[in-house]
Amino acid sequence: MATNPAGGPLEKATQERESVVIRFAGDSGDGMQLTGTRFTSESVLAGNDVGTLPDFPAEIRAPTGTLYGVSAFQINFSNKNVYTPGDDLDALVCMNPAALKTNIADLKQNGILIVDPAEFTSANLRKAEYENNPLEDSSLDKYQVYQVEVTKMTTLALKDTGLPNRSVMRSRNFFALGVVSWLFNRPIEPTLEWIQQRFGKTPVVAEANTLAIKGGYHLGENTDMFASSYEIKPAEIDPGTYRNITGNSATALGFVIAAQKAELPLFLGSYPITPASDVLHELAEYKNYNVYTFQAEDEIAGVGAALGAAFGGALAITTTSGPGMNLKGETMGLAASVELPMVITNIQRAGPSTGMPTKPEQTDLLQAIYGRHGESPLPVIAASTPADCFHAAFEAARIAIRYMTPVILLTDGFLANASEPWLLPSVDDLPGISVDFRTDPQGFFPYLRDEETLARPWVKPGTPGLEHRIGGIEKDYLTGNISYAPANHEQMVRVRHQKVAKITQEIPPTQVKGPEQGKLLVLGWGSTYGAIAAAVEAAQAQGHAVAQAHLRYLNPLPADLGDILSRYEKVLVPEMNMGQLLRLIRADYLVDAVGLNKIQGRPFKVSEVATRIARMLED
Amino acid sequence: MSTEAAVKLTRKDFVSDQDVRWCPGCGDYAILAQVQKIFPELGIPKEKAVFISGIGCSSRFPYYMNTYGFHTIHGRAPAIATGLKVSRPDLHIWLVTGDGDGLSIGGNHLIHALRRNVELKIMLFNNRIYGLTKGQYSPTSELGKVAKSTPMGSADHPLNPIALAMGAEATFIARSIDTEAKHQQETLRRAAAHKGGAFIEILQNCNVYNDGAWEYLKAKDSKADTQLLLEHGKPMVFGKNKDRGIRLNGLTPEVVTIGNGVSTSDLLVHDEHDQTLAYLLGRMTPPNFPTPVGILFSTERPTIESLMNQQIQDAIEKSGPGNIDTLLRRGDVWSVE
Repeated sequence: MATNPAGGPLEKATQERESVVIRFAGDSGDGMQLTGTRFTSESVLAGNDVGTLPDFPAEIRAPTGTLYGVSAFQINFSNKNVYTPGDDLDALVCMNPAALKTNIADLKQNGILIVDPAEFTSANLRKAEYENNPLEDSSLDKYQVYQVEVTKMTTLALKDTGLPNRSVMRSRNFFALGVVSWLFNRPIEPTLEWIQQRFGKTPVVAEANTLAIKGGYHLGENTDMFASSYEIKPAEIDPGTYRNITGNSATALGFVIAAQKAELPLFLGSYPITPASDVLHELAEYKNYNVYTFQAEDEIAGVGAALGAAFGGALAITTTSGPGMNLKGETMGLAASVELPMVITNIQRAGPSTGMPTKPEQTDLLQAIYGRHGESPLPVIAASTPADCFHAAFEAARIAIRYMTPVILLTDGFLANASEPWLLPSVDDLPGISVDFRTDPQGFFPYLRDEETLARPWVKPGTPGLEHRIGGIEKDYLTGNISYAPANHEQMVRVRHQKVAKITQEIPPTQVKGPEQGKLLVLGWGSTYGAIAAAVEAAQAQGHAVAQAHLRYLNPLPADLGDILSRYEKVLVPEMNMGQLLRLIRADYLVDAVGLNKIQGRPFKVSEVATRIARMLED
Repeated sequence: MSTEAAVKLTRKDFVSDQDVRWCPGCGDYAILAQVQKIFPELGIPKEKAVFISGIGCSSRFPYYMNTYGFHTIHGRAPAIATGLKVSRPDLHIWLVTGDGDGLSIGGNHLIHALRRNVELKIMLFNNRIYGLTKGQYSPTSELGKVAKSTPMGSADHPLNPIALAMGAEATFIARSIDTEAKHQQETLRRAAAHKGGAFIEILQNCNVYNDGAWEYLKAKDSKADTQLLLEHGKPMVFGKNKDRGIRLNGLTPEVVTIGNGVSTSDLLVHDEHDQTLAYLLGRMTPPNFPTPVGILFSTERPTIESLMNQQIQDAIEKSGPGNIDTLLRRGDVWSVE
């Protein structure tokens, strides 16, 4: 039972729900991201599993009240496993008419709609391109509409603080959070504590936000506005310590901890680009972990500086998104040629060109695998969930060092900003990363290879007796000296391929969720994991022989993949592109796989994958 | 450092086992010889020296130095060298580039390396032509240059490397000439001793595609009239008979003849540390002026690598060395039992 800050038990009816998808939407200045993250924290403390997705406009300060200035935050919380931020909404909170206009289409029939009538002024309606006030015509009849006087009640609650109206309006989001917290039986104590921590230095603001959230909570509790509240029981969650984490934070942590494990400095060379910049911001805060963050003059210099640091013996990384990958291409070719370890992270966004910078896509897979001049194979690793970005980044760094090769890590704008509870790994459970810098001049050659990995030695400049030169010109198989010998070039091309191919020995058996053979295998990679998992589970619950396999290693592909593909009558590959993994699978395994392709800058809904699965099972 | 001072090296220690592959007669041979000559005097253990280059004839340089070396890609050497220097401030990094590599495709990286004052010793071999790609005009070629890609003459106004370096606020700017062995050695020694990034334009002859480009500066009978040899603290005098000099007329330098009421005390006195003077010198170009040669400007400013490494030290002092558990448990953390 939720606690009641006013004292005394709640007397209203409580309905139980398995899961709820709610979205907070308002103007960019309405604090919706903050409201969403606070509601998320309340939900995890209530024991639910959660998945979240912020959706903010590309414009930094769009004019108030406009359609393109709407900022939203979606949370899926449940007493079951949550795989995605949810499809259609059970509840929608709209702080202004523009938020209503841009979000209402996603609300389920009979869904809960909370609006602030004070914001439905003629000026705001005009900005939202409404001809009539939707609160006064019948357009919202199919929803449960609650007109909550957020503005008026917040003003009332804060009247004794002495704050000017402008500042009072800044607490509206906390009032709304209070209402919704009551409605879904979330404890507000964690947020009250958080307000003290966050705003403690300006007590008047802390007091205002406290009054606002309590005011909202009491409104739900003490008025007959809502007939009942909803309860979502705790989910069965593996024991352990958790934190909520976004993909970009997880990526940053993966690299820092890989560097710590390898006992190397971490060097990030990067140029600001959406949606990758947050990795740069976060790593800039970890200087005491021996982390260098170098904001370069351009994308090329970002990867260049990283390569220079790799030459010097650092764990070197660069972060970017699609357009930046093109600019980094030449340097990746050099890195492949000089065989130095580095991780190039592409946080994919909708393209081509500027495309839709804040929206995700999976359209750079073939670019990652093939998008360079010459034969320059590079390992490609992809993350599948926000928290998985940690493990993918760690693994990319491990492979880069062990095989002395640049590695491409693919995430996307959805993973970057979405968050989920992350079961914190035990540091000791993470694999070790051993670095063996060559120091012995006896028998040294710059391109003498390790038999197991075909990696060449990593030599730090400053090591006496090992002075040598490397470069982008083709080099002798052993000495590394310039060589244009025809047979030597072919040997070098082949050994660079073999080295990357050898990484298959690092890949654990592919996990197949579901029957080992059967009617349909749904194969995916990257951020489609959640939607596919939920859709496949639903089909399995209906008794269908459907299985899921999700790839972390895109190059090389797992050695067991061909066998797995052969065990199902059909293979479906959902991707947020025109069919890039599909093309690889068809080419490599001669499998008649089919694609499910969505290129809208939005993740798959579970229902979209489920519908396609059902159709394939019928055929 | 005592360990470094103890190393006794000779020119041969810096000669690699690779055949030098520049065209016979190329000015690059002379520059390589001067670098190999002065390096043993610098007290740098050879394992601590790194030569980094981009693409072009000059960029083959690292292969011929028996130090660590990295022959990178066209124009990007300053970026790669910056990453190395920031993370490995203990290394002595020399960068070899040319007028195409450094001023055209890599112009952006060069200006940012200079403004950041990365301690790189940047030698820009300026031969006013693209040699490796066989004779196209370069960003320093004179307007109207007839070359393979410009049969009717180029329509490009040339770039002034010294003025560019001044604009980028380089902390050490010098100019020397491939055939002037002593002057070049002295200039390189000064660059090596400078605490910060150094930019040295070396006028260099491409005897295959742009032979004689600097002949007017080098010819024995005329060079005294076309070169202005800069010496710190000395008046700017030039000419075969040391009878000409540079005087300031208002804000504009002018060439004057000494005598007839003009004495050396009326002339500008070179001050390496005077930024305004350096701007004027950088803009002095033929035919109206002799070409300034020597150290045009030097100043001191913290290097980016010292500032960045200091930040890391400060962060460690303030927060303690990083601890993985602390890092993982940052922010809202909760336990499920």
